[in-house]
Amino acid sequence: MQLAEQLREARSKKDILLMTHLVLGYPSFAANREVIHQMVENGVDVIELQIPFSEPMADGPMIIKANQEAIASGTTVADCLAFAAEMAAQHKIPFLFMTYYNILFKYGVREFLHKAKEIGIRGFIIPDLPPEEGEEYLRLAKEFDLAAIQIFAPTSTEERMRTLAGHGDGFIYCVARRGVTGSKTEFDASFDDYLARCRKATDLPLAVGFGISSREDVQILTGKADLAVIGTATIRLVEEKGAAAVGPFIAGLR
Amino acid sequence: MNKPGYFGQWGGAYIPEVLYETFRELREVYAKAKADPAFWQEYVALMSSYSCRPTPLTHADNLSRHFGGAQIFIKREDLNHTGAHKANNVMGQGLLVKRMGKTRVIAETGAGQHGVACATMAAKFGFACTIYMGEEDVHRQRPNVFWMEKLGATVVPVTTGSRTLKDAINEAFRDWVSNMDTTHYVMGTVCGPHPFPEMVAWFQSIIGIEARKQIIASHGKLPARIYACVGGGSNAMGIFQGFLADSEVELIGVEAGGKGIDTGQHAARLASQDASPGVAQGYKTMFLQDSDGQMLDTHSVAAGLDYIGVSPLLTDLWEKGRVRFTAATDQEVMAALDLTIKKEGIIPALESSHAFVQAFKEAGELSSDQAIIINQSGRGDKDIFTIAHAFDDPSWKEFIRKKGEEYATR
Repeated sequence: MQLAEQLREARSKKDILLMTHLVLGYPSFAANREVIHQMVENGVDVIELQIPFSEPMADGPMIIKANQEAIASGTTVADCLAFAAEMAAQHKIPFLFMTYYNILFKYGVREFLHKAKEIGIRGFIIPDLPPEEGEEYLRLAKEFDLAAIQIFAPTSTEERMRTLAGHGDGFIYCVARRGVTGSKTEFDASFDDYLARCRKATDLPLAVGFGISSREDVQILTGKADLAVIGTATIRLVEEKGAAAVGPFIAGLR
Repeated sequence: MNKPGYFGQWGGAYIPEVLYETFRELREVYAKAKADPAFWQEYVALMSSYSCRPTPLTHADNLSRHFGGAQIFIKREDLNHTGAHKANNVMGQGLLVKRMGKTRVIAETGAGQHGVACATMAAKFGFACTIYMGEEDVHRQRPNVFWMEKLGATVVPVTTGSRTLKDAINEAFRDWVSNMDTTHYVMGTVCGPHPFPEMVAWFQSIIGIEARKQIIASHGKLPARIYACVGGGSNAMGIFQGFLADSEVELIGVEAGGKGIDTGQHAARLASQDASPGVAQGYKTMFLQDSDGQMLDTHSVAAGLDYIGVSPLLTDLWEKGRVRFTAATDQEVMAALDLTIKKEGIIPALESSHAFVQAFKEAGELSSDQAIIINQSGRGDKDIFTIAHAFDDPSWKEFIRKKGEEYATR
């Protein structure tokens, strides 16, 4: 089943879906394994696995640190692929890769997508690859039936949203505010207008990320978005309280 | 150019979606300015009244005699206001910021020259200014930090990654994605997403336009070779552009050989075999990276040259064989700097001294009726701490020790 269809089906049974994020190799693959187990056990619907990159230009301090430390401790792209294969085989929910374009480019875009398909990855979020630069990637994603997830920003015009939606697959990742990951987001009237514009531009499910960290945030999004994306919050939690704290946190989100 | 923003296969705009509209606005403002002759006139007038343009082309007769070959000429970008060619770019972008109606500028800086130039431009135009600088470079270039702060800028030491130029660029982008309505990112070199490489090259072309006229006026014909140091590549592109169409003029870019090309501790992208094609910091070029695509640490005695990437314009010219690339080691740089100071009474920046190294190696191959030009991109007095340390100067060390004691006892 295609990712969008699978998400629509899951969404028909829940008020809102949860997507979580983690940086592979940080603090360790063993911790990643435990965190993912807890996430799946507690009802997370989609997980984005970030392959660390040395220049994560769209990420905030917590995720930059996680990227740097994962690389410093020897995490390789091959390790990430092997780990993702293990997770996709073990758990039924969809796994996505989030990373920056150079990781794919250096590996070979075709080879990377082929490998991702082979190990059971369902889609990609590549924040520094606008569709204008991603022709090869978009074509190959279609060929391999992988979702090339497109990103909307509050600064995107309606025309731009329609262009992005035309290239999009799986769902649309709506960045909740300007800036990088990890700061608090204010959900005000302009946010509602923005989400309404997003909804108008596409029939694909809408995921909202950046600054979603609590039950209150998830409740605000319920009925407005299809997926709430929890990113930095779980990384911070693992850092402060260890992997075991993730389960109760996720369970308390909705 | 195959598609907008590309030079051969290099360049592009690999930017987060949140910046899409900001870049669209920038491309439009830049295109309008470029099509408006009055804009360039305003720019040239500003540079002549505020930044000592045209900068002179100095005949280095003592060095020419010393090497007994080509007549050595030095294009004096060090005489720009704030002491480097960086002034050309920041004043040009400052005029664009005024057109866009923005009130704040941000910039990255390595050696600090771009930071000082940007802070100066902000002071003149009345913009708020924040400069991102790798923590390592803050230590290496303290005098420039002092001046940026005195000029009213906020200097933010960047503690991520290798704490150098590439990390300062990432931080500037992070600021920009939060504040794009009021803020323009004044990129300091001919790198980054389209239109920065092309736009910065346009402002820097003033160097080559002047140099071509000056060498013909003083030497009667075109030079045989032109040497320029290459970090990001803005001073090199600046002077090379004046001679790109003159196929008889050989263009030589000199990268940071650091401790030696074989040591891995260098920043030679095109002059070594260590770089490979990649996409980072918004554009595609040759990067010093590992087999996974993770950027490597670089090294140079010159903070402004130890960058992982290189201008897509230069990579294209390198691929086409129009520009030859070499590298100079830290040790060679110190020797060339010493000789230039002693023979000509001119103090080039550590960055610029890389170009001097290669020119000195090759001057003797040419005859005395041939000319070469070295682009002296900046002044060396900003490097006094690094230079004094490298020369192991005992009286300087004593002075620093005494100053330290003086502050410690206050």
